[in-house]
Amino acid sequence: MPEKIGIPRGLFFYDFFPFWDTFFNETGFEVVVSEPTNKRIMEQGLKYCPDEACIPVKIFFGHVLEIKDNADYIFIPRYTSVSKGEYVCPKFGGLPDMIKHLLADLPPVISTEINLRSSSKQGKKALYEIGGLLGIDEERTREAGCKALRAYYEYKKILRKGFLPLDILDCHEENKPNINIKLKQSDYTMKIAVIGHSYNIYDNFACMNLIKKLRETGADIYTIEMADEEQIENCRNKLDKKFFWYFGTRAMASAFEIIKNKDVDGIIYVMSFGCGIDSFTAYLIESRIRKETNLPFVVLTIDEHSGEAGFNTRLEAFIDMISWRRNNEDNVPAYGQHVCVCESPT
Amino acid sequence: MKITFPHMGNTFVCVKALLDEFELDYTIPPYNNKNALEIGSRYVPELACLPLKITIGNIIQAWKEGADTVLMTGGRGPCRFGYYCEMYKQILDDIGCKMDVITLEWPDKGLPELLKRVKRAAGTINPYRIIKAVKNATQIAIKTDELEKLSFFTRPREVIKGTTDKIYGKFLSDVQKARGSRQIKNIIESAGNQLINVEMKKDFKPLRVGVVGEIYSIIDPFTSFNIQTRLGNMGVEVDRKVTVSNWIVEHMIKNALHLPRNMKFAYEAKPYLETMIGGHAQETIGYSALYAKQEYDGIIHIYPLSCMPEIVAKSILPQIQKDYGIPVLSITIDEMTGEAGYITRLEAFIDLLYEKRLKDKSTA
Repeated sequence: MPEKIGIPRGLFFYDFFPFWDTFFNETGFEVVVSEPTNKRIMEQGLKYCPDEACIPVKIFFGHVLEIKDNADYIFIPRYTSVSKGEYVCPKFGGLPDMIKHLLADLPPVISTEINLRSSSKQGKKALYEIGGLLGIDEERTREAGCKALRAYYEYKKILRKGFLPLDILDCHEENKPNINIKLKQSDYTMKIAVIGHSYNIYDNFACMNLIKKLRETGADIYTIEMADEEQIENCRNKLDKKFFWYFGTRAMASAFEIIKNKDVDGIIYVMSFGCGIDSFTAYLIESRIRKETNLPFVVLTIDEHSGEAGFNTRLEAFIDMISWRRNNEDNVPAYGQHVCVCESPT
Repeated sequence: MKITFPHMGNTFVCVKALLDEFELDYTIPPYNNKNALEIGSRYVPELACLPLKITIGNIIQAWKEGADTVLMTGGRGPCRFGYYCEMYKQILDDIGCKMDVITLEWPDKGLPELLKRVKRAAGTINPYRIIKAVKNATQIAIKTDELEKLSFFTRPREVIKGTTDKIYGKFLSDVQKARGSRQIKNIIESAGNQLINVEMKKDFKPLRVGVVGEIYSIIDPFTSFNIQTRLGNMGVEVDRKVTVSNWIVEHMIKNALHLPRNMKFAYEAKPYLETMIGGHAQETIGYSALYAKQEYDGIIHIYPLSCMPEIVAKSILPQIQKDYGIPVLSITIDEMTGEAGYITRLEAFIDLLYEKRLKDKSTA
């Protein structure tokens, strides 16, 4: 029986799961993943997590509690930095310490630090460290690491085609989408950009099926995962001071793309209450978008008290507004002067 | 060009000395006040942290007095403070305050950009003048902090209540009128002499409480509702390791010159928090463990709502409380905090510490 490694379905799950899945499978472990977030998982997390933390961290606590009895190890790496010159978030850096001190009776926690801030070579070091902890020899770690990296790039490629992480990771084997087909643009009635942390927008429970609801209205969805390296580098050069947050750079890069191409009909910013990075990025993106375009922009804040009805009302109003704008906009305001000129919708 | 800068406790003393050294025209915004916070809360995004709200208030108040350039320091993250400068630019631009923001930090574009900024701010890049000015400002920061520390010592012990506050209050108002580092140093020195000569109770052992937390909210008296003075007047000796001078010496000067920093707190924090996670979380944990080892009576942990590093620290502090049996009080502050509720909690905590001391004494 291979030993089991538990990976909680939270935080960076939707960004890096394919990498770790391949890595642990290749080194002869069985990967156990908690089920998609549900009410019970969230409530478990709420019980133990400090109340000031943001909802994704609380949900992560729930996922850890969910799998702790089914796994021999729990994998909670310390994601200090996953890109050059940028950090993730202080809470990610302190997550293993928070978990260890607040949750009791955990199986051994693998909390290797992943810090690619100075150079990506540190990633290799982290892999060897994980390998060392689990008793895997170096040769095998290296091979598995290469395979995992390939799987990760493959996953990234699929995401750029327009598929979303939850299409690939959250469904059962049989109804997985055929990733070789090209998505047809003509099927959609509008294109909505959803900007937010992957762990908020792809967690169907936390953001109350936002993606599903948008798709039901016939919207094509653009997310920050679709910005490529070149666009991200572009964004860094445009800013007076680079963001030192992984998320900030990517969100801003996609905002720049939206401003440049104006190919979306509306922008939804999903913010979790209490998120420090969102509080700054949302403001900076909003004021840029409002200044340079006239695209509809809405910020939806989520936390554990969010009521789905209120959320739906705001979402429906937003979608209605976009479609009305398309049909009825005449650009003539009541007070007789053009305040702005919309590009004629096609 | 009229320079201004945001407030943080007594930082204005050393910044004033620095600007005087270059003979620049500047205006110090009114000392932190309710009005500044109200102005700030109006323009700053709701979920941003409290220091941003107050400092934006400072800057707008200074703008009304004619300032047009903001001096600010930066940072490399992951704490939000490092991006304050960019938020200032965006917010001031959005509300139509035409102000320049000069960030004194190592810029992305390297040395030429830094020199350009220094030249813009100071009007000179003469290294001799800059080094002399920085040296003087640093000395003043250290002296101001020593004076404050002395006031922490005398306040609980003074025989006539209010003596320390009177001397310290006079120092704050005098120093605003002074010009040049020599005058400022003299004022600090005379205030120090007066404090040493304050008549003190003998054989009085006050409770000792360590204050830890996010730097702005513990250094700035307005933000923390004068916690240090308040506790001192309750007969409690306060200690705070995070200071302005410490920040200048350790973070700015030693970092810039690549000198080894004093990492005692990191060593103490290691069993609880393994790495630097930004802000002052590591300091909070490290100093708490240190206070516990030095047998302080209690620890008060203060941070602004939604402060990312301190949330991590807060979730670890109960472990220190358990391990050492030292009471810890965590207080969150934001623009909605009511003073009365806050003081009630403080008083209850101090009462508890007194009781604990009596109980420990009777069992020992």
